[in-house]
Amino acid sequence: MPDAPAKIEIECIVNGAPRRFRAWPMDRLLDVLRRELALTGTKEGCGEGECGACSVLLDGALVNSCLVPAAQAAGSVIRTIEGLALAGEKLAAVQQAFLDCGGAQCGICTPGMILAATVLLEKHPQPSETEIRAGLSGNLCRCTGYTKIFDAVVRACQSTGAAR
Amino acid sequence: MPSQRQKLVGQSVPRKEGRDKVTGRARYTDDLTFPAMLHGATVRSEVPRGIIRKIEFGPGIPWDEFTVVTARDIPGENCVLLIEHDQPLLADGKVNHPEEAIVLLAHPDPYLLEEARRAVRILIDPLPPIFTLEDSLAGEEIIWGKDNIFKSYSVNKGDVEAAFAREDCVVVEGEYRTGAQEQLYIEPQAMISIANPDDGVTVWGSLQCPYYVQKALIAIFNLPAEKIRVVQAETGGGFGGKEEYPSMIAGHAALLALKSGRPVKIVYDRAEDMAATTKRHPSRTRHRTAVTRDGKLLAMDIDFALDGGAYATLSSVVLSRGTIHAAGPYFCPNVRIRSRVAATNLPPHGAFRGFGAPQSIFALERQMDSVAQAIGLSPEEFRRRNFIKQEETTATGQIIHEAVNMDRLLDRALRESDYAAKRERFARENPTARLKRGIGFATFFHGAGFTGSGESYLASLVDAAATPEGRVRILAASTEIGQGTNTVFAQIAAEALAIDYDQIEIAQPDTAAVPNSGPTVASRTSMVVGKLVETAALALKHELTSAGLLAPNYSSEDFARACREFIATRGPLRSRAQYQAPPGLHWDDATYSGDAYGAYAWAVYVAEVTVDTATFETHVDDFVAVQEVGKVIHPVFAAGQIEGGVAQSIGFALTENVVWHNGRMANGQMTNYIMPTSADLPRIRIFFEETPYPFGPDGAKGIGELPLDGGAPAILSAIENATGISVREIPATPERLMQAFDAAESAAAHEREPARPRA
Amino acid sequence: MRSYVPAYEMRTPATLAETLVTLAREPGIWRPFAGGTDLMVLLEAGKLAHRRFLNIWKLPELRCVAVAKDSVTLGALATYTEIQSHPILSAEFPLLCRAAAETGSVATQNRGTLGGNIANASPAADSPPALAVYDASLELISAAGSRWVSYDGFHTGYKKMLMRPDELIARIRLPRDKNNWIQYYAKVGTRRAQAISKVCLAAAAQVEAGTIRDVRIAFGSVAPTVVRAKTVEAALRGQHLNANVIAASRAALERDITPIDDIRSTARYRLRIAQNLLAEFLKTLPA
Repeated sequence: MPDAPAKIEIECIVNGAPRRFRAWPMDRLLDVLRRELALTGTKEGCGEGECGACSVLLDGALVNSCLVPAAQAAGSVIRTIEGLALAGEKLAAVQQAFLDCGGAQCGICTPGMILAATVLLEKHPQPSETEIRAGLSGNLCRCTGYTKIFDAVVRACQSTGAAR
Repeated sequence: MPSQRQKLVGQSVPRKEGRDKVTGRARYTDDLTFPAMLHGATVRSEVPRGIIRKIEFGPGIPWDEFTVVTARDIPGENCVLLIEHDQPLLADGKVNHPEEAIVLLAHPDPYLLEEARRAVRILIDPLPPIFTLEDSLAGEEIIWGKDNIFKSYSVNKGDVEAAFAREDCVVVEGEYRTGAQEQLYIEPQAMISIANPDDGVTVWGSLQCPYYVQKALIAIFNLPAEKIRVVQAETGGGFGGKEEYPSMIAGHAALLALKSGRPVKIVYDRAEDMAATTKRHPSRTRHRTAVTRDGKLLAMDIDFALDGGAYATLSSVVLSRGTIHAAGPYFCPNVRIRSRVAATNLPPHGAFRGFGAPQSIFALERQMDSVAQAIGLSPEEFRRRNFIKQEETTATGQIIHEAVNMDRLLDRALRESDYAAKRERFARENPTARLKRGIGFATFFHGAGFTGSGESYLASLVDAAATPEGRVRILAASTEIGQGTNTVFAQIAAEALAIDYDQIEIAQPDTAAVPNSGPTVASRTSMVVGKLVETAALALKHELTSAGLLAPNYSSEDFARACREFIATRGPLRSRAQYQAPPGLHWDDATYSGDAYGAYAWAVYVAEVTVDTATFETHVDDFVAVQEVGKVIHPVFAAGQIEGGVAQSIGFALTENVVWHNGRMANGQMTNYIMPTSADLPRIRIFFEETPYPFGPDGAKGIGELPLDGGAPAILSAIENATGISVREIPATPERLMQAFDAAESAAAHEREPARPRA
Repeated sequence: MRSYVPAYEMRTPATLAETLVTLAREPGIWRPFAGGTDLMVLLEAGKLAHRRFLNIWKLPELRCVAVAKDSVTLGALATYTEIQSHPILSAEFPLLCRAAAETGSVATQNRGTLGGNIANASPAADSPPALAVYDASLELISAAGSRWVSYDGFHTGYKKMLMRPDELIARIRLPRDKNNWIQYYAKVGTRRAQAISKVCLAAAAQVEAGTIRDVRIAFGSVAPTVVRAKTVEAALRGQHLNANVIAASRAALERDITPIDDIRSTARYRLRIAQNLLAEFLKTLPA
């Protein structure tokens, strides 16, 4: 059996709350979130950083959590799909727009897609179609053909206006 | 019915399970855990064909901690039962394709499990494998049955030989090929099982057809149906890839669960999923078409062949649908279609949205363009002279009784896409441009529901039941896989009952709780099962009315109260609807003739492309999809189905190439198997027409698979318009397009005449 | 099939100095790990042979972008996102910014680093052709000191480079001397986004009165490393552009590149597209 270095203790902020867990240093952040923290909203689609189903926000930046080793999550601020809804069960504008516009079909790409759309709108509050395509090009959807996802992003920036 | 009630069918109501999906709360199979659960993994053949000599368990692994399963552990039949009995659940003695499952392992530690999987060595004496359709049909090496042929069909209308013998016709031949296509659902195959000798077997998984899985497990475990329970978890895409394959992975998980006495979860990683599971059947179609000089089809002689992979699975049915669609939405007095699906030592091919029709329709539409050119007619004029009309017969002799009007669909599609003006403009601008633009179309149809007497054979059931709270629960085996089953069923039921949409619950597909509504395939869920939902709901209402519990003009709340009262005073309130075939449908399996489908959706798709002649890349700039679908039940979801299907057809046409090395998919990573991203697709523009189908709910026809038929031929037609090059094999990758360009140039140089781009 | 994750170790040194000491003490045992966008893919595929990593992601000395009069120096940890959003880089080094924009997706760009890209040495990487055109130089540091090397020739073969096991790429310097050159970047990938390149061309030329004074032409994905098309460059210097010169350049290119067949494309396609892109570049130059 191969050598087994020790698990490490990691502290970070996840969805606004301090969390602490033990993991192998090169455990994927994706697995840590799903397994140790029971945050199963973040999904595995490919394991190679291509599909974006595992997207989370790491220190404010969209990343593929299947490519982030747990050791690098130490001391970071992480936001997953579970942390997006506003207080009192009110959906964030992007989530509501996905519901209203049919942006989710089977739903497996949806958490990652919603996070990507959220950071896109933070960077470009009124994005052009080109900016939308570029901003979402790292999130693959096999069901929708993306048309209604674009509609949802446009709807979200209309309804957001100034408030988020 | 209360007059103020808004019609729900035809409205884009909120997705029933939508909130869970946008908040991350929807639970897919890998999100589920059970106490003391083990992880399972599959050890697979690395050899395409051979005799298993030895299985060695390597050093360095604590094997006593592992549950190990081989074919010897199968209590019942070592078979994944579907149509034939040829596919083993675990290879026993011999292997017939790379990635064939041989040994199963389970352990609590998923990392150690992977180490163990690497440590199993299977010694196989190789036998000569076959990897191509041609080699299989040549019959020198027999790998299946007597002659490698899983199934063949023969459709005969009129007298093709007499027609070809006429002197006043022009004969055009062509050969067309399509490659394998991977379904690429973003959620890989996954299954969890609990199994023990007393209670039987339960599986939870990512699947489309719970009763298919149950049927397979009954044979594997030699247990009665009451002891096999199959539950569908939230499923992240299927597209046919989870029609039959889940029976295999369910059998594997259940065997490990039975032997270990613990719950077992198997989740494939993407590489394993791509390499080991089913894909769209590759095809080769040979057309010989006789047409009069003024453009009327006289005869079509079609040879349609599919590569089925190593085992039969669904090949006979894929072949059937491809065969029946092979002559398209045209009237032709003489048609002969000879079709075969043959075995090769590739992993078995299987269901993928469209199911044979995308392959045969691709060939047909490209051939129609070729024929039009040969007689000097524009592609659209040629179609107009041959579209099937009301009361005319299809290739199988089915009389089309509905008021089909392909001309009108074509008019609309060409208008919405600005086809004529663009053709003219591109013809002007292309000669001096590096980026050449083109526009092309395809006209096609797709039969919804099972072929012939298939629906009668399925005899699907749907139940409706009142709940103690006064809501109505719909119990059907149809699965939500993103296409909107839950929502559409709730719309249909709520409208039939004249109550609020929120009063309807959809039961989770669970063979212990819902009746067999047939599989979630063949574009049948809204049209066939949705109709049963309506019938069952109406029957429920009838019970309440007969019991005097419902006054006219009742409100939604009145209905709920009536349900509660019925249950309190009389007991459970439940109704059942069973499929009844529409009258007058006759199909003859022996002659493969008659009424193939109860309903057809009709369509014209137009694609506009840019071909970069420096790189041979093709980009789709605009796409117009016009289809007649009976009735649009949910406008947003219906458009979503077409948009998603068109996206898959664009991949099928241009980029989704399976690279085979020694029978194994060599590019089984999302990095190297290329599906479109958001940057690769235009906005897809959808237009619906409605000619109600009398036997569908509110007149609806099935549409789930339709969009896969039209995208590829429309795009290839556009490429030809842009470049003058007719590519006859898809995917039309840049490498393939470059080869076609080079071939055309050297042919032209040979003729000593410059090749003229065709208008 | 995933590697055996428990066998892998990652330590986070507190300082750059500690990192270099560790690399020096056990050369070849420890390897630096930046954003992980290449290494983690190998881990998931069961192909990450190396087991012990030093997490350098947050070392500040490797992050800054310094602008001097004659050059811009990027820290090795500059991400593709940071590169694209830097005003001087966007204005003066458009090829590098284009390469950054074409690499992966937003999520990859947030974690992928220039130093990591160089060290991973994929022949299909998008930035190396731009770095080659810009005559980049690399600072390699170790516990023993630091040295600057020219990027040209740094890669000596497939995944081989002129760097010792105890060294770390610290900075990449780009001379600010091509502002008035005509610059060109084209990547032909498997699709429009998130694509591995089949052919990638970065090129720049200094043209005065219709004569090519100087030129740089660098390709990715057509050789085991990024490659400067030096035969073509030599043939172009001092030339007046015309159809014959373009045709001759296309032919000369066959001597500089060695494209192969692989699961993404063919040698024949790559050669043709490389020639076509070269011709397209030359057509942008004033005749």
